[in-house]
Amino acid sequence: MTTELDATPGRAATAPLVEVDGLAVTFPGAGSGDGGVRAVDGLSFTLAPGRALGIVGESGSGKSTVAAALLDLHRGTGARVAGTVRVGGLDVLAAPEPQLRRLRGGTAAMVFQDPLSSLDPYYAVGDQIAEVYRVHRPDASRREARARAVAALDRVGIADAARRARSRPHEFSGGMRQRALIAMALVCEPRLVIADEPTTALDVTVQAQILDLLHELREGTGMGLILVTHDLGVVAGSVDEVLVMRAGRAVEQGPVGEVLSAPAAGYTQQLLAAVPRVDAVREPRPAAAVRAAPDEPPLLEASGLRREFVRRGARTRAVEDVSLTVRPGETLGLVGESGSGKTTVGRMLVRLLGPTAGTVRYRGRDLGALGERALRPLRGELQMVFQDPVSSLNPRRSIGESVADPLRAAGELDDAGVVRRAKELLERVGLDPAWYHRYPHEFSGGQRQRVGIARALAPSPRLLVCDEPVSALDVTTQAQVLDLLGELRRELGLSMIFIAHDLAVVRAVSDRVAVMRAGRIVEEGPVDTVYERPEHPYTKGLLAAVPVLDPRVAGDMRRVRSAA
Amino acid sequence: MTNQHEAGIRRRLRARPSAVAAAAVLAVLALLALGAPLLAALEGQDPTTYHDRLIDSARGGVPLGAYGGISGDHWLGVEPGTGRDLFARLLYGAQVSLLVALGATVVQVLIGVLVGLAAGFGSRFADSVLSRFTDVMLSLPTLVFAVALTAVVPAGFPRPLLLILVIGLLDWGGTSRIVRAQTLSLKKLDYVAAARLGGSPPWRVARRELLPALAAPVITYAAVRVPVNIVAEASLSFLGIGVKPPTASWGQMLSTATTWFRADPLYVLLPAAFLLVTVLALTVAGDAVRTALDPRERSRLRVGTRDGSRGAAEPRGAAV
Amino acid sequence: MTGYVLRRLGGALIVLFLLSALVYLLFYVAPGDPAKLACGPRCNAEQIRQVRGQLGLNEPLLTQYLHFLQGLVTGRDYSTGTGVLHCDAPCFGLSYQNDQPVTELLAARLPVTASLAWGAMVLWLLLGVGTGLLSALRRGGLTERVLTVFTLTGSATPVFITGLLLLMVFCAYLQWLPFPSYVPLSEDPEQWAWNLLLPWTALALLESAKYARLTRSSTLETLAEDHIRTFRAYGVRERTVIGRHALRGALPPVIALNAIDLGTMFGGAMLTETLFGLPGLGQLLVHSVRTVDLPVVVGTVLGIGTAVVLANAVADVLYALADRRVTLT
Repeated sequence: MTTELDATPGRAATAPLVEVDGLAVTFPGAGSGDGGVRAVDGLSFTLAPGRALGIVGESGSGKSTVAAALLDLHRGTGARVAGTVRVGGLDVLAAPEPQLRRLRGGTAAMVFQDPLSSLDPYYAVGDQIAEVYRVHRPDASRREARARAVAALDRVGIADAARRARSRPHEFSGGMRQRALIAMALVCEPRLVIADEPTTALDVTVQAQILDLLHELREGTGMGLILVTHDLGVVAGSVDEVLVMRAGRAVEQGPVGEVLSAPAAGYTQQLLAAVPRVDAVREPRPAAAVRAAPDEPPLLEASGLRREFVRRGARTRAVEDVSLTVRPGETLGLVGESGSGKTTVGRMLVRLLGPTAGTVRYRGRDLGALGERALRPLRGELQMVFQDPVSSLNPRRSIGESVADPLRAAGELDDAGVVRRAKELLERVGLDPAWYHRYPHEFSGGQRQRVGIARALAPSPRLLVCDEPVSALDVTTQAQVLDLLGELRRELGLSMIFIAHDLAVVRAVSDRVAVMRAGRIVEEGPVDTVYERPEHPYTKGLLAAVPVLDPRVAGDMRRVRSAA
Repeated sequence: MTNQHEAGIRRRLRARPSAVAAAAVLAVLALLALGAPLLAALEGQDPTTYHDRLIDSARGGVPLGAYGGISGDHWLGVEPGTGRDLFARLLYGAQVSLLVALGATVVQVLIGVLVGLAAGFGSRFADSVLSRFTDVMLSLPTLVFAVALTAVVPAGFPRPLLLILVIGLLDWGGTSRIVRAQTLSLKKLDYVAAARLGGSPPWRVARRELLPALAAPVITYAAVRVPVNIVAEASLSFLGIGVKPPTASWGQMLSTATTWFRADPLYVLLPAAFLLVTVLALTVAGDAVRTALDPRERSRLRVGTRDGSRGAAEPRGAAV
Repeated sequence: MTGYVLRRLGGALIVLFLLSALVYLLFYVAPGDPAKLACGPRCNAEQIRQVRGQLGLNEPLLTQYLHFLQGLVTGRDYSTGTGVLHCDAPCFGLSYQNDQPVTELLAARLPVTASLAWGAMVLWLLLGVGTGLLSALRRGGLTERVLTVFTLTGSATPVFITGLLLLMVFCAYLQWLPFPSYVPLSEDPEQWAWNLLLPWTALALLESAKYARLTRSSTLETLAEDHIRTFRAYGVRERTVIGRHALRGALPPVIALNAIDLGTMFGGAMLTETLFGLPGLGQLLVHSVRTVDLPVVVGTVLGIGTAVVLANAVADVLYALADRRVTLT
């Protein structure tokens, strides 16, 4: 497949593929005073043919709004779009409907974030791609369109494409659906592909495959690429230039190597500093001083844990033969991709779930042998921090009351004492104690996660199980919450089990790490040993797939992956 | 719940003119029903006395005079065939309608909440049995069973109570299904798990974390049930198996009206208007309660609002 | 797929079995003496005892129920003292009023109810799905307002009020239509349709409001889904996006609801039949309740229950077929 030849090749080589000048997008309603929310505010950039640009920003920065504006997808939604956008020479915002339709998918094609919902569930994947092809090649026969669709699916690495083209989207895995969406983008041989968070919903190994595919397609076809993402690591190995956005404006723009190695803008520096590095050699941590001698008896000891779920008559094993120990003052990282059973293990450790087989011993006592009543005094010592900052707080109760709840349940303090202690805890996690009477919806995700931590601290726990505590947060907020957890651990001498899918985050906080896959622990050891010299092939693959911030290293790793 | 929360609910209710109007209409209706004896006395009439002089026995009993015999003595005319005062009968009919509808709603909500909670909280086995039972109850045509049941009840049984029980016992499936679904999804939420970890015993978790969250959907659903039950009562009375004469009821009046619609149109229009206005006001008010209790929900009366769950949320076959 | 259908129908059969037991218990064991009812008000104690024997009411409860079930499958003989009345399978018993087999009564009424149901369904689908779709494509403004009022009043108005108003306008005032009386389709198709026009319209007005709302909301819901955005972003015409992708996603709930409603209609539109004097199943039930004719009540309720339970099963299967996202396990 090659790009369409321009009628005047000389001009095409020099004229930019994308030219955005003074773009401003305002959404109506829910706005501050004078008519709406300004999502994008005076953004300008250009992209030369065949080049790749990364647009990076945290949530709410307006990056996806820019992507949609390139195809004028805001038309008819009520959003006000100002400035000029030229794609392939067409003035997009002023273009009449038929020309705009030719641009969409023909000249520039979009790859959306969520691969499951972005395809029509009722039609076969191949038919949907063929439909798009026939929109842009009206004289093509159905047969030809189908053949094109199969070829495109084949091109994006779907095995047995002719047969799989007849499958519906829900019969595909997440990675395959994302490939199918890319195939749809490719089928009309566009000059530009706009990918909006194309890998956010995917596991890290699949993410690496998709990014490699985009890279390879770009080299093979000479198409331009605009990659919109929140992840600086995704950008590093995939684009030539990068544009950092914040609150609708560009804060920094330049070649990817320069921006990532020597950022000029303070915000970019902040952002980079907040990204946890999987390759960072850990500075010796104060926690090590607290850590007990290896011969001290473990605080928590799980052996042979198994958990089965019965769904529609079929038994599935979520966890199989998991054994682990946590010593006083130690942090154990539990890392794995989605569906690896790590959350189930976490819930069994604090006895929110009973194991199908195996035991959990806490300070030498078998938790499974204790009844609910006998367990209650120990409950306070085993606490949990949850992943979702929305569902982990009762929306009908003030944050102060949520924190006070365990104190009231313990019944040791009088009412004034409970409130005083809850306020102290709020202050301890960096919240204003005066916010005691406010409700969860008044807070940001990071603040809510702090409330969740305060609540977990209320019964004075000795072990904290943190289940993906930062995965729903932006990278800067994530760094702040991780710092808070580190502080608390040092000050209170807490032991922690830190569950996460993000290898870099786990490395930053853990003393030891256990890698889970399909319900089993495949590798376990001191964190530096596992990350530097992984033994198990799965761990090796996982580490090789983690995006890194240095573009050159990223290129090296891509070559390693493609060789493998 | 907090004052702040309640203030928000009141504000959202007041912000909708249709809700205010519906509330006003309902207040008037309630006053009319409660004050029926008083108002009838004011008119100088009662709902049961026959007035043979006011009907034209030569023409089969059509009221004498224009517009169904409206006069200073009989403000809304008289009933064809009997000459009973229409104003008084309509007011006493409101009593029956509202009493039966509210009573049946209470029965439905009580059973629905109990069964739903038991299914949501109970063991897997209890859940499957109760859910299956609920499904069966939901799939049964309520009106058919209500009609059939009245055949085997002794004649002396008080009719309004019978109507309350029949409608209430047959049509609680929706409430139970909603309560069960809510309980199951609430049980999965992390804040419930957190409360357990915080050392709260199960009853405390249920009372503080689950029940407040169940109140809103239950109240909402109850509000939606009332107009449906009004129609159910009217339908049973229309079929001649509601309240026994001489007690007045809108549905029973409409049933008689089927033979009079040519000669005395007003006798059709008056009870029909009362019934319609009541049902519409209750429907609008119910929708307002729903949106006020949950600000994320949008009015479901406005066509084209998204219901979230497809099909399942749509009311089952209406009384035909 | 076949497995799912079989399981779903098997479930329906179990429900029907439970239903038969429930209904039997409710009506034959509940207060009131069936023998007294069967015999009539002027019977003396001796005669009632005789009838009790003939009906087998002296046997244990379970035996009675088994006889009832046996009658459903193989038919049953009743002795009348002077002779034997045979009741063919499926036998629901004999009417207390005139000793006619209940099954015959039901069979005689079914065509009326079926005529009513099918005709009304065609009307409500045309009216409901049509207006629903139209308004989904023309959002906001006058269309939305008109439709809001239409669906609100349409679904809030009991069918007997709509029917009465229609009668007043078209029979009494304009005198365009006769007061409906049932004419069999086989006899005179034109008169059949002409007489059923008002009942059809009354039912369709009530039901179509629901369908308009469901069609519109599920079309808009589908239009708001991500895959619609995908096709717009690929230059597919709005017409095609709606006709091919939005409509396809909007139909499953409409189809499922329609199956249930049709089943309910087949179970007899009691109010409509009573109002318009149509001799269908619903009217039979109302009549038999008034005369406390227990075998007819039980037969009709079981017949209606069967129609509804089967309709629910069919609705589930249709929904699963139409919405391929539902995993069939």
